[in-house]
Amino acid sequence: MKKLMTGNEAFAYGAYLGGVQVGAAYPGTPSSEILDNFSRYPGIFAEWSPNEKVSLDVAIGAAYAGTRAMSSMKHVGLNVASDSLFYAVYTGVKGGLVIICADDPEMHSSQNEQDNRNYAKFAKCPMLEPSDSEEAKQFVGMALDMSEEFETPVLVRSVTRLSHSSTPVEVSDAGPPPPSEETPFYERDAQRYVMVPANARRRHPLVEERLEKLADYAETIPINYIEPGDDNLGIISAGVNYHYAKEVFPNATFLKLGMVYPLPEKLIRAFADRVKTVVIVEELDPFLEEQLRLMGIQVKGKDIFPMLGEFSPTLVRDCAVKAGLIPAPEAPPEIKVDLERPIRPPMLCPGCGHRALFHVLRENGVLVTGDIGCYTLGSAPPLSAMHTTGCMGASIGVAHGIDKAGVKDDVVAVLGDSTFLHSGIHPLIDVLYNQGNTTTIISDNSATAMTGFQEHPGTGKTVQGQPTTVVDPEKLVRGIGFEKVDICDPYEIDQMEKILQDHLKSGKPSVIISRHPCVLHAKEKHTPPEVDPELCINCGICLDVGCSPLIQEDEHVRIDSLLCNGCGLCVKVCPQEAIIEQ
Amino acid sequence: MTNLDFLMAGVGGQGTILASNILAEVGLQLGYDVKKAEVHGMAQRGGQVDSHVRWGEKVFSPLVEVNKVDYIIGFEMLEAARFPQFLKEGSTALVNDYRINPPLVNLGKAGYPSKENIESLLLSRAEKVFWVEGTGIAKELGNPAMVGVVMLGALSNLVGGDKEAWLEVIGQMVPQKFVELNKEAFSEGRKVTG
Ligand SMILES: Cc1ncc(C[n+]2csc(CCOP(=O)(O)OP(=O)(O)O)c2C)c(N)n1
Repeated sequence: MKKLMTGNEAFAYGAYLGGVQVGAAYPGTPSSEILDNFSRYPGIFAEWSPNEKVSLDVAIGAAYAGTRAMSSMKHVGLNVASDSLFYAVYTGVKGGLVIICADDPEMHSSQNEQDNRNYAKFAKCPMLEPSDSEEAKQFVGMALDMSEEFETPVLVRSVTRLSHSSTPVEVSDAGPPPPSEETPFYERDAQRYVMVPANARRRHPLVEERLEKLADYAETIPINYIEPGDDNLGIISAGVNYHYAKEVFPNATFLKLGMVYPLPEKLIRAFADRVKTVVIVEELDPFLEEQLRLMGIQVKGKDIFPMLGEFSPTLVRDCAVKAGLIPAPEAPPEIKVDLERPIRPPMLCPGCGHRALFHVLRENGVLVTGDIGCYTLGSAPPLSAMHTTGCMGASIGVAHGIDKAGVKDDVVAVLGDSTFLHSGIHPLIDVLYNQGNTTTIISDNSATAMTGFQEHPGTGKTVQGQPTTVVDPEKLVRGIGFEKVDICDPYEIDQMEKILQDHLKSGKPSVIISRHPCVLHAKEKHTPPEVDPELCINCGICLDVGCSPLIQEDEHVRIDSLLCNGCGLCVKVCPQEAIIEQ
Repeated sequence: MTNLDFLMAGVGGQGTILASNILAEVGLQLGYDVKKAEVHGMAQRGGQVDSHVRWGEKVFSPLVEVNKVDYIIGFEMLEAARFPQFLKEGSTALVNDYRINPPLVNLGKAGYPSKENIESLLLSRAEKVFWVEGTGIAKELGNPAMVGVVMLGALSNLVGGDKEAWLEVIGQMVPQKFVELNKEAFSEGRKVTG
């Protein structure tokens, strides 16, 4: 039977069918639903780890013990986990270990556009790249087998367009193979598992040998194959790009690569000999292209296609026409648009506690070093109250550095609760240890809101719905040694302002926990207030909090009661007291 | 078997994704190869949410191409107006007669295009524009979130396929306690194009 599945659902299904027993991940678009879906299968263990490195270490541990394991993450998650990837390639694994990482060409929801195929080469780890959900399911199984056969972790690469597209998948009632009767066993083999220099030196040649064997294997693996067609044009492609290329060059001869590292050199040479022109269709970096050029093969690639952004059939066709590979298709006349179409950027939700906090921060003119989460939207106008955002956990170190450089502004670091637990603890230790006086604000909405409300160590529940110990940020920062710690609901704006000023003036390192539950998650709603048209002078001050239900009309401001959440922030900021709680 | 490409355009929270899931599933039930892509920004409320759905004998790309879309289904007027270049000549637009102001409009810093202008922009490619009181009908039935099913009802007359096949998929995909209400919403939608 065929069922429509997203790429992420199919990855999870493939992991389940492949007998994965331990799955660990930290959420991140577009990868989050892999673990979400996997966690619902019976007979497996799944966890949200506090960050990607921890998740990979957990999976490595399970694989050392001979159990099949998976770790999944977004592309930048592998930056966090990369140290573990490198040692795991050296030690190798016993049970199959698959690492699924999802790139985000076009940066639909990311801070950069890195091409994680480079990690395969960098870490000397094989990588498979499925092109649709059926392959996503199958390739996870193949990756697990390959991992055990070659005793190496195997990377499986996804991209947004695969993870979040739905395509048919063959499903059956058959589940995974029955788990082995044997108790998992960790073999104490220090030469293999203890990467001190002497042992690591012995392992490195094995890694190189293994790569050579994998390259031989890539010559015969059925997911690397030639699709015969018109040999005047030979297209090499992998992943979703293959499907765009099939739309644009339906008659060409194709080399479809399911394994993108290491490459099958003989197969590629045979292909190049057979076709007149070789064209590589690959998003982001010229990863395949550079390797083919090193083989001395003439190719067209980045001279035709861009290095930036996401591909689409439209883009591939346009580039191919420009390069003279195909004739221009018949097209209707271009449309002239002379209509104003204002953009619709994502915004903080009505009732979001982050907004109240940023209102206070802006009113107090502080320099805010930021971090990644819903609260990053506090950087957008009209709030415009966050001034740096780099990667998760960067806010505190950057604030401390700005302080140490001697900048006179009041600086505060702002990060969310999940981000704090991901990578905010070490920089806080740094502030204390190195005699900083940075004020850090944890904007705690008790959810990983940005990526879809996943549980985290502060929520008291595991991904599989078990109640568990709550890691309390207040106790944690006091435990590290912070003495100046306050908790405040940001909707108490006067109180928040008082605490903020007190912390800034104290000259001490400090933490403010700004706590208000995520409205979307808690589904909290109150009666919307109304504007008294007699009192409203249309000054626009309420509009500066950037809340979508507030609409400026000719005479006064109006509140869209369908969109309004009734949080009352506008009531508090209106200097005319013209917005009346109902 | 003719290939059909659909583009759904709406605003976060309007239910575009559920509607496109239903549309994809109906295609599969009707025997097509089907692919669907969600093209949306950060997982946030209030931003643009677009879905591409493709039915065909054999579908490669999950993304539709410019100049090739058969049906655009706009859940919000301005959102429908963002994609005329995707439409092929002789295509059809179904647009929910409903406006959600983008923030710049609320702040008085940008204008919202008129319904007439949106219609004529779409008609530069489309043969016909159907205005559907989608949100209105759904609200009247008691739940504005059913706008997607109203829109699908209107679409179903045009693309064919047994009414029962659509209803069966809807029955499987909406929350159990709202099945009957959604079926009603679907029938009301059908009246618009019927
Ligand atoms: C290394 C890394 N992992 C994951 C992500 C994806 N991501 C961005 S924000 C975020 C969570 C934010 O949660 P929280 O800090 O609680 O803020 P909220 O969105 O709830 O306001 C995640 C997982 C990322 N950008 N970088």
